[in-house]
Amino acid sequence: MKLLKLVPEDTHINFIGVRKFAYVLSSLLLISSIALYIVKDLNFGIDFKGGFLIEAHTDHATDVGKVRSLTSDLGFGDVAVQTFGQDNEILIRLEYQEDKSLSEVVDIVRVTLEKGIGDNVRFERTESVGPKVSGDLIEAGIFSVLLSIGAVLLYIWVRFEWQFGLGAVIALIHDVLITIGMFSLTRLEFNLNIIAALLTIVGYSLNDTVVVYDRIRENLGKYRKMELPELLNHTLNETLSRTTMTSFTTIIALFALFYFGGEVIHGFTAAMIWGIFVGTYSSIFIASPVLMWFDLNREPTAKPEPHKEHIPEQFR
Amino acid sequence: MLEFPRWKVITILLVSFFGMLLSLPNFLSDEQLEKLPSFFPSGRVTLGLDLQGGAHMLMGVDVSEVIKRMLEDKRDNIRDDLRDEKITHRITIRGEELVITLNNAADRDNATRIIRSSIEKVGASMTSIGSDDLVIEDGSGPVINLHLSEAAVIDKKNQTVAQSIEVLRRRIDAMGTKEPTIQQNGEDSVLIQVPGIKDTQELKKIIGTTAQMNFHLTDLTVNNATLTKNSRVPPGSSVLPSYEVDENGNPLFYMAIKNRIMVPGEDLAQANQGIDQDNQIVVNISFNTKGGKLFADATRTNVGKPFAIVLDGKVISAPRINTAILGGSASISGGFTAKEASDLALLLRAGALPAPLTVEEERTVGPDLGADSVEAGKKASIIGLSAVMIFVMLTYGFFGFIVNVALTVNIFMIFGVLSLFGATLTLPGIAGVVLTVGMAVDANVLIFERIREELKRGKSVLPSIEVGYDRALSTIVDANVTTLIAALILFQFGLGPIKGFAVTLAAGIFTSVFTAVSLSRLMIVTWVRKRRPSSLVL
Repeated sequence: MKLLKLVPEDTHINFIGVRKFAYVLSSLLLISSIALYIVKDLNFGIDFKGGFLIEAHTDHATDVGKVRSLTSDLGFGDVAVQTFGQDNEILIRLEYQEDKSLSEVVDIVRVTLEKGIGDNVRFERTESVGPKVSGDLIEAGIFSVLLSIGAVLLYIWVRFEWQFGLGAVIALIHDVLITIGMFSLTRLEFNLNIIAALLTIVGYSLNDTVVVYDRIRENLGKYRKMELPELLNHTLNETLSRTTMTSFTTIIALFALFYFGGEVIHGFTAAMIWGIFVGTYSSIFIASPVLMWFDLNREPTAKPEPHKEHIPEQFR
Repeated sequence: MLEFPRWKVITILLVSFFGMLLSLPNFLSDEQLEKLPSFFPSGRVTLGLDLQGGAHMLMGVDVSEVIKRMLEDKRDNIRDDLRDEKITHRITIRGEELVITLNNAADRDNATRIIRSSIEKVGASMTSIGSDDLVIEDGSGPVINLHLSEAAVIDKKNQTVAQSIEVLRRRIDAMGTKEPTIQQNGEDSVLIQVPGIKDTQELKKIIGTTAQMNFHLTDLTVNNATLTKNSRVPPGSSVLPSYEVDENGNPLFYMAIKNRIMVPGEDLAQANQGIDQDNQIVVNISFNTKGGKLFADATRTNVGKPFAIVLDGKVISAPRINTAILGGSASISGGFTAKEASDLALLLRAGALPAPLTVEEERTVGPDLGADSVEAGKKASIIGLSAVMIFVMLTYGFFGFIVNVALTVNIFMIFGVLSLFGATLTLPGIAGVVLTVGMAVDANVLIFERIREELKRGKSVLPSIEVGYDRALSTIVDANVTTLIAALILFQFGLGPIKGFAVTLAAGIFTSVFTAVSLSRLMIVTWVRKRRPSSLVL
């Protein structure tokens, strides 16, 4: 049986040779991400902004525009209305009301909608996040992303050397910022689930980077005379098949979740899919080339050949 | 490696078997589970609120009210004590301080002694005798400044939150819900999670009502007929709205009520819904001994006057006292519906909340949406997993088949671990499982790529396999530790659904490393030893 190969077995792609292009591309992406964030901000969900969220299901397809105008006239400030999956499922987001509880607001919206669109309205999900909690969540979200980056830096520093730790963190910050930029551009809702996705991207992107670094370290010991760019290229080609294979299986799983997993985790899986692409790209084109910026220790501190072969004669 | 030691083989098989066995209860119905012998694992994965529907509420306990009341009590006590000793003074609350101005500065030492004798200890434990609840500030002259000690404030806060939790638990249990979670969250909030509840409005009403019921006299100097919300009434009285409202939500009337509490609600012993002789729905209440005596005294001395029953600052009714009520029980009529009366009785039985609660965060999911999410999660997982397995098979052939066996064991083991710890499965958690599987393939990929390389170098089959596993191991560990770090941080910080994601991610990391480095290795070695292939298709 002929087996499927995502990439040919022997590749000699000059990844390091195109690093300048990668730097330019990444810089552009980073700058536009930051610019987007500054100009357009993020479409923060109520987790971080505070407010009320109502998911309503109706019997028939709903006219979003009509719902929007009906709810805007209620005097609850900014209202955002969108369909959510099916066309008879809508999501209404309202500003936090100091003087009204969620149930009061829900009741008012129910009466208004039933009168206005003449359809049965069922509220499947209601959420309210007060200003105190949303403040706490912002703090905790930022803190946890920073903490995970810090913890990982420390781990790689201990397991490898500081140059690798720094390289990995540069790649990580790159991935996180570009993902945030994607959210700013697409206006996908940025909520707690997205923080979870960001942290998973951090874990995943690192996973990729660590595998490559592991091999770089090994090769540094093995090919002492090889020039660093050549060595990096050699390593990247060696690990390419694994990198693409793992990214691909993960992406397959994520696409299934994206298409069939329901609206609730849509943003989450979108962030993850994007993160896998960016993370795979960065571990090849950013994390490894930036090692050239630092003075890598070429002394054989890396583990010696870990393995002494004890294999019976007949199998040799 | 050729000699996979027997103990190792047995351990690997046992761990896999029991890991999978632990997940079994999730696939059985209650009756089937019932029939199994008792040594059989029965723990199941709990479905999160997002999957089974329910309510999640974070309630802030407004402790400032309670602290204020505590200061007022202190003021009243000290005032009485000083009066008893004939020390003339004026005592006021200024911000968080009690200020006592003595008419005669010579009384200072005497007054300080009296105040000191009223100081109580708080926060006493096995290891410490506790600290004073009041601090007398240094000074001289006729003015004495006091404030509550930090320990007293903290103690009161904790006590208030603990009491609130108690009351909430009694109320929610009385509603007959299953497995509610009620716990302290942070310094002064309470987290309430009630899975599977259909009527969340009802829950909110039950939680949100303070249910402080007191009995007051009305202020007869005020004409209630012309009273409005903002009318001025004599000091010592307040204008309160009626409990009953008209169809627009406005109170039916306002009434001037004396602030002094004749009988406090905490002396209630029992409350039940009932029907009086006029076929009106009422709430029958009875007092404990102390309350009964207070009630008897109050009614005896005020025959002919109206007596207001006030719930959370609203007047339920103000019946005229016709005769002294000595039996310690009474019935309250207030135009209740049957539902209102039974709710009120429930609240009164469970006791009043020691402080008002405010909703800081609230999330409710309807059972239909939960069921939809379960379906979507199932569908996505099955499609995702099948796609991954087919792809792995296409890429690695027979070895891919072995990986898929290991993956299947892995998935059952994840559920086994989750069941063992009674973890909660949420929709993002399901995503975590699927994601883990995508990543679990990684460990196998790392190994196979290594084996491939060794084969390319001209090594024969078995050495290649052995070197491949050994070389890949440290990479696998490094790569998974980084993801584990992210999962742990997520668990620490996350709430509800995200915690569920972190848990499945972490569980998945352990099981997938186990299945990849030991189970699939065992299978491959067994196969190679049997077949002794001269070359591998990989």
